[in-house]
Parts: sequence; C-alpha cells; structure tokens
Amino acid sequence: MAEITTARMASDLVSSSMAPKTKEVINLDQLSLFYGTSQALKDISLKIRENVVTAFIGPSGCGKSTLLRCLNRMNDLIDNVRIEGTCEIGNQNIYGPDVDVVELRKRVGMVFQKSNPFPKSIYENIAFALRLHGVKKKNELDDVIERSLRQAALWEEVKDRLHSSGLGLSGGQQQRLCIARAVAIQPEILLMDEPASALDPLATAKIEELVMDLKKDYTIVIVTHNMQQAARVSDYTAFFYLGRLIEYDTTLKVFTNPSHKQTEDYVTGRFG
Amino acid sequence: MQRHFDQELDLLKQKLLVMASYAEDAVGNAVKALSERDDQLARAVIKADDSLDTLEVELDEFCISLLALHAPIASDLRLITIAMKITHDLERVGDEATTIARRVIELNAEPQLKNYVDIPRMAVLALAMLKDSLDAFVNRHPMKAREVVPRDKQVDELNRQIHRELVSYMVESPSTMTRGLNLMVISKSLERIADHAANIAEEVVYLYEGSDIRHIKKSPSKPTVY
Repeated sequence: MAEITTARMASDLVSSSMAPKTKEVINLDQLSLFYGTSQALKDISLKIRENVVTAFIGPSGCGKSTLLRCLNRMNDLIDNVRIEGTCEIGNQNIYGPDVDVVELRKRVGMVFQKSNPFPKSIYENIAFALRLHGVKKKNELDDVIERSLRQAALWEEVKDRLHSSGLGLSGGQQQRLCIARAVAIQPEILLMDEPASALDPLATAKIEELVMDLKKDYTIVIVTHNMQQAARVSDYTAFFYLGRLIEYDTTLKVFTNPSHKQTEDYVTGRFG
Repeated sequence: MQRHFDQELDLLKQKLLVMASYAEDAVGNAVKALSERDDQLARAVIKADDSLDTLEVELDEFCISLLALHAPIASDLRLITIAMKITHDLERVGDEATTIARRVIELNAEPQLKNYVDIPRMAVLALAMLKDSLDAFVNRHPMKAREVVPRDKQVDELNRQIHRELVSYMVESPSTMTRGLNLMVISKSLERIADHAANIAEEVVYLYEGSDIRHIKKSPSKPTVY
C-alpha cells in the first residue's frame, strides 16, 4: 500500500503541563498532628514527586500550612504539638531520634508569605547562610551569590547595588531575595508558604515564572490560597479540608475533572 | 517577560500546523488518486484519516487543559478558542478527503467518464485557500485571511458548473449515472473543503483583529421589537 508520510510527527510535541512521573521523594504515612487536644491533621498519606511543583490547596484552617511546616519540622517550635505517623524524606524518617534538625532544614528550605530579609545588604543576606555552612572564601561566596540571584531572577535588577540594604528592595524583589537565600545552600526541597499572597499581580507573575523555572533543580511544595496560581504553576495538587487529604492527583485532573464533589465545589468557588 | 504559558501557546500552534499538514496532504493525495486512478493511494488517504481524528481529540484536550489551568484572557483566550474551531474544520477537511478517496475507488472500477478538468481546478483553488488561511494564521496576517473568504465564491461557481455538466452526461446516457453521481459527490466535497478554509480564514481574522466577520451580509438589520 502507498505510504503517506508527513515530515513532522505530532507525538514529538509534548506539553510541559503534563505532570511528569518522577521519583517519589517525600513519603507521608498516616501522619496526624495535634495542637494539645485538637487534631489539626488527620491520617495524611501522601507521596510527593521529585522535580515537580506540588500545590497544597484548601480553605483556611484545613491544615495545608501545618502540613507544609511538618516537612522541615517547623512545628517543633510550637509548644504542645504532638505528631503521629511517619514523614520520610529520601527514605529517612525526619522525626526519627537521630535526625539533626539543622541539617534537615538545610535539605528542606522554606520561603514564607511575608518576605523577611535580614536588615543587611543584599550580598550579606545570602552570604550569611553560606558562611554559617562553612563557605568562607570571597570568590566562592561571590560565585554562589551570583548564581543564587540569577536562579531567583533577581541578578539583573540588583547586580549594581549588591551592597545596599535588602530592605530597600520592593516587596516582590524582597521575596525573590528570600528565594535566592533559600536556594543558595542548594536544598533538595523548597517549601513555599503563600509566597506571592502579599504581592501585586506583576510581582506575583514573576514569582510564578520563577517557581516553574526552579523545579528543574528543586522539588517544590507550595501552599496557596489562589486557586488559579495552583492551576498555573503546579504539576500535582493536593486538596485538604478540615485536616484531611480529600484528593491528590495531577493538577490537570483536579482542575478539569476532580474525583470528589468537595474538591469540585472548592475549585469552582462554590464554597471555601 | 517571556511566560511559560507562551511556550504552551507556541506548542498549541505547532500542533495545529501538524494537523493542518495532515489535512492538506489528505486532500492533495485524494485528488491525485482521482486524476491518476490510483486505488492504493486512495486507500492510504482513508487510512491516514485516523491520524487526523486522533489529533482532533488530542488538540481539544490540550485546549481544555489550557483553559482550565491558565484561565486565559484577551488574545490568549481568542487563540485557544479559535484553535478548537480550526481543529474541527481540519478534521472535517480530512473527512471530505476520505469521502473523495472512497468515491475514487468506486470510479476506478469503471472506465473514466471524461477528462477531468474542472475538478482538479477546484482542488487547486480549495487547497490554495486552505494554505493561505493557515499562512495568515502563522504569519499573523489578518488582511491575507480576509482575502481568502471571497474566493469561496469561485469554488462554488465551479461546483455548480460541474453539476450542470454531469447532469447533461447522465441525461444523455443513463449508464453514466453511477460515475456521474460519484463525481458530483467529489465536487461537493471539494466545495465543502473550500468552505472550511473560508471558516478558518474568518477565525484567523477574529484571532488577530478581535472582530467577527462571519455572516455580516446575511445578518438581518436590527430585529423589530414589538
């Protein structure tokens, strides 16, 4: 039979919005968390993949930030917190007795809702953590600082004023400085707790683009109240309600055809 | 600022162009199968239609995911919605090519009724319309797209002419009936392909100018309110 050939193959064209099935690096099993007697997280079992963006969504008080803070033991700083179940990162139970929390937080960096640069120069904001981790030579510091600021898409805007105060930057720039600071020590995982909720739309768009760039190098978990942000930036989405994990799937599935009615009601804005 | 979303939109355009190249090939090959009386090529056209169907489904799913995940507005929104319409038009073009191929196989079972002159001319016009409307899409050229739309009339006229001619054959000699009807169907399919090309051109105008030029002459003046 005569063959019809078409030069370009459609199957070569793959969208980046198709969630990749990379290795699972975070493994939560039956994780529960109590503040005193009140239970904030109920039997959460969840596996998070490497080098993708996973979004935690859900109405206020659903436990998404609490869960995020479990991943680098930020909840240890709160009195009366009790945790049951396991949370493994790269096969290590991070709540095990021999875990060095400082080492853990080096592997699992965090960016907060409100940007919190140190009251120091842009350069020193990043150099501080590096010196703490043993980087002393100036040229080595310079290199890492430039690389981190480039990764945070801030280098071009600040390269001529590295020694002026970090607090003189705009809100969006300060947040990117915090991201540069977090990536300077090359964590495996980057936790972001509503990193753009205090920013204007343009600065928000920059942070979102940055998140999508950074997933090449880091595993990112982001908590957001902004549903469209979760849709735009994440590969996988977990929906929480009243301390429970209701649905966890590819972002495409959650936003086009969720399996649970509660998820559908939330993502379409019917409640929450 | 280059957005990640722009890469997705570029991908959408590339996928559309791949689909368009399949559709153009299908029509070109179907007409070639007719003029060269090539059964094998006709069968290959019918088989290749599956790829167009698959691409239609794939592109629709992709557009829906872009709508759901990015909540696009303005020109982004227009691009995605017209992409969905263009895929539908291209899939229909593929179906018409399949119809032509089926009729070619039937025609080849009998001696050729006459020398084909007008049908290849129609095919050239229809394919040029398809190509120009897609070029206008790729090159952001709404004026070129506007020029495509009125060319549909030439194809319509040729179709009418072919019908008259075939009717005269069939009246004269009823034994030519089957071949005459098959050729009429082919002519009608080419006319429909030109319609789809004109639709694509109108969609391209909407994409780049934001103005809807469909049915402008046909629409009645303001409806009377009683």
